[in-house]
Amino acid sequence: MNFIEDFRNSDRAKKLLHSIHSITHKKWVIMEMCGGQTHSMMKFGLDQLLPDQIEIVHGPGCPVCVTALELIDKAILIAKNKNVIFTSYGDMLRVPGSNSDLFSVRAAGGDIRVVYSALDALQIARENPSREVVFFGIGFETTAPANGISILQAKRLGIQNYSVLVSQVRVPPAMELILSSPNNRVQGFLAAGHVCSVMGIEEYVPISNRYHVPISVTGFEPVDLLAGIFETISMLETNSWGVKNAYSRSVSEKGNIEAQKMLDILFEPCDRNWRGIGMIPMSGWRLRSEFQEFDAEERFHVAEIQSKESEQCIAGLILQGLKKPADCKAFQRECTPQHPLGATMVSSEGACSAYYKYRR
Amino acid sequence: MTGHSLSEGFSCPLPFSHHEAIMLGHGSGGAMTAELIQRVFLKYFHSDGLQQKNDAANLAIPDNIHRIAVTTDSHIVTPLFFPGGDIGRLAVCGTVNDLLTAGATPKWLSAAFILEEGLPIAVLEQILESMKKSAEEAQVEIVTGDTKVVERGKGDGIFINTTGIGYIAENFQPGGEKAAPGDAVILSGTIGDHGMAVLCARGELGIRADISSDAAPLNEIVRNLQPFARSVHVLRDPTRGGLSTTLNEIANQSQVGIELDEKSIPISKEVNAVCEMLGFDPYTTANEGKMIIIVPDEIKQDVLLAIRRSKYGENAAIIGRVFPNHSPIVLLQTNLGTHRILDPLPGELLPRIC
Amino acid sequence: MCLGIPGKITKIYDADGITMGIVEYDGALREACLSTVSDVAIGDYVMVHAGFALCKMDEEEAIETLRAFDEINEIPL
Repeated sequence: MNFIEDFRNSDRAKKLLHSIHSITHKKWVIMEMCGGQTHSMMKFGLDQLLPDQIEIVHGPGCPVCVTALELIDKAILIAKNKNVIFTSYGDMLRVPGSNSDLFSVRAAGGDIRVVYSALDALQIARENPSREVVFFGIGFETTAPANGISILQAKRLGIQNYSVLVSQVRVPPAMELILSSPNNRVQGFLAAGHVCSVMGIEEYVPISNRYHVPISVTGFEPVDLLAGIFETISMLETNSWGVKNAYSRSVSEKGNIEAQKMLDILFEPCDRNWRGIGMIPMSGWRLRSEFQEFDAEERFHVAEIQSKESEQCIAGLILQGLKKPADCKAFQRECTPQHPLGATMVSSEGACSAYYKYRR
Repeated sequence: MTGHSLSEGFSCPLPFSHHEAIMLGHGSGGAMTAELIQRVFLKYFHSDGLQQKNDAANLAIPDNIHRIAVTTDSHIVTPLFFPGGDIGRLAVCGTVNDLLTAGATPKWLSAAFILEEGLPIAVLEQILESMKKSAEEAQVEIVTGDTKVVERGKGDGIFINTTGIGYIAENFQPGGEKAAPGDAVILSGTIGDHGMAVLCARGELGIRADISSDAAPLNEIVRNLQPFARSVHVLRDPTRGGLSTTLNEIANQSQVGIELDEKSIPISKEVNAVCEMLGFDPYTTANEGKMIIIVPDEIKQDVLLAIRRSKYGENAAIIGRVFPNHSPIVLLQTNLGTHRILDPLPGELLPRIC
Repeated sequence: MCLGIPGKITKIYDADGITMGIVEYDGALREACLSTVSDVAIGDYVMVHAGFALCKMDEEEAIETLRAFDEINEIPL
């Protein structure tokens, strides 16, 4: 068993494509909820092989893109502090805030370091006891345990020079927002596989039932994506709905219960602003009061900062599946990966960036 | 530390001669500089040009040579030593390979060093030893040089600039503007080895993998292309920015499209694994010992065999073709038969979590 | 979002009170946090995201999925 190559097998993918073609009779709009899925779709060119009736739209599934402008501004302010080592996942460095980005702060002398995991950031804190080490804790449910364990460890080990700028977001409230919009076009969802590895699939059942919308939990290799699409179309064509698990090798019904317990100890739900979309009620996690000492917003007194997005870009409409990148007048012109105007071009995960990179 | 004596009486103490680490005085142009050159640099480099000890080397060119190629490259890398190479080997090979892309026979190099105060002289010697070996392998002579020293904290140990001069033969003048529709694209070996070897050696992302830099002089590959000299349209080494960036440059210069076949592009499983882990595109990761060779379709098999017979060309493969297109573009045909655009590297290569 | 990669556990150890491991991905090795996948042993595969094991890979499910896909064309539609 090769968990990657067996699911990239082109014969298997072609068979699945054949099946999708043979069951698709009507026009359908399917949204994938994960930037990784957008990427795979473009990287392998799967959208070129699907029936014309299937339109794939790209949801707000990229944590880099949806991280609120004011959080980027807060990150920049904190990172400018001479005593701070600011640590982040790589692709956050490029994201523009209101007036600057982390790259520019680094160029101006800020100590900004790319890390692979939050525990690496904690290690940097242990090695630099006289400096404040801040980690930019972005991400969906997938990344929350990885970020969270560093806070638990910091508390357990009494590491006082470590804090996290928390920007955790959750998928289900965003799905509900999209489905409840009067302009909604989305008829089926590919749910984000690795989010479900952590959270399980049960919280999607009420959404499916309330909106009569098929949801397939989907992975990231070509065969996984096609399997998710096949399951979703099967339900749509038979006028049924429900939650199907097309990624069972890494998603179980209940998810990772240990990880969920840890998240519950650390976080509580809160309202959160999504870049390009606006505030979504109860769509985020913030640290519980017992862990407030590790909250960088508190430590650096930046909690009150508010920022306003420029109005040039249609990222919000793209993230809700109402528009495609090519519908934007600025796409490929004023707005490119080197000079992004908005959230979806910023990250290599974003729909606009993926379109720019793989399809022009 | 010789020469330091605590002598009795009124004689002045002799100064330290500072044999262990680079001091600002080594860049003064005075006695310390002269001593460093004599005692350290000339230990490794002894070309006629350097032995002349003039400000410029005086070099003879044979009567049958009417054109020369000149190129320059500055080399910075952290760490200075990594599996498969070091900054010295890079400084020689990078410039030698650039000369080779012009079809030139590399002859001479200059070497200019910017040293950081405090650099251990033993480290410098290790780098010079590596440059010496690489220069011998590449059959070039280092004929002139320069040394400056910057204050501690203002450099990264050592920066090296090399300028190269090579002879050009009348019948062998490839160029990035000469790719023609129908041509085949050949790559001399696996991609991404240098970039991923250095990334692992830096240790910042905590990844360990058995990956060595491919830093190497590609003289033999180009020498073995001599029988096809007139038909070699393009030679180009895909260094920083990787295969994708370099092919985009060629597509732009020649105003053509280039289509690659994904499954034919050689890549080691370790390089691929690191790229998968970090979300890197292996087509934009750096190489330091690879050549792209573009030739007419009808001779591609013969050229491929010639390259595979060469040192550092054993894993060469035909990876794609040139096609006419109204605008320059590089396309990758995936294993599923679909196409996607390969873009140049936009900026710094950053790991993705998402 | 959420770049994840399946890797094989080659070592399990305690680091300051949490379970960590070395995970191998086709020749590349990286430390990963195994603190919430308690039922794993050396040789098992885990899905790793940002240095954190999200879950143990279910090989039986993977085989079953592939078998189902390979038979899919025989299902009358």
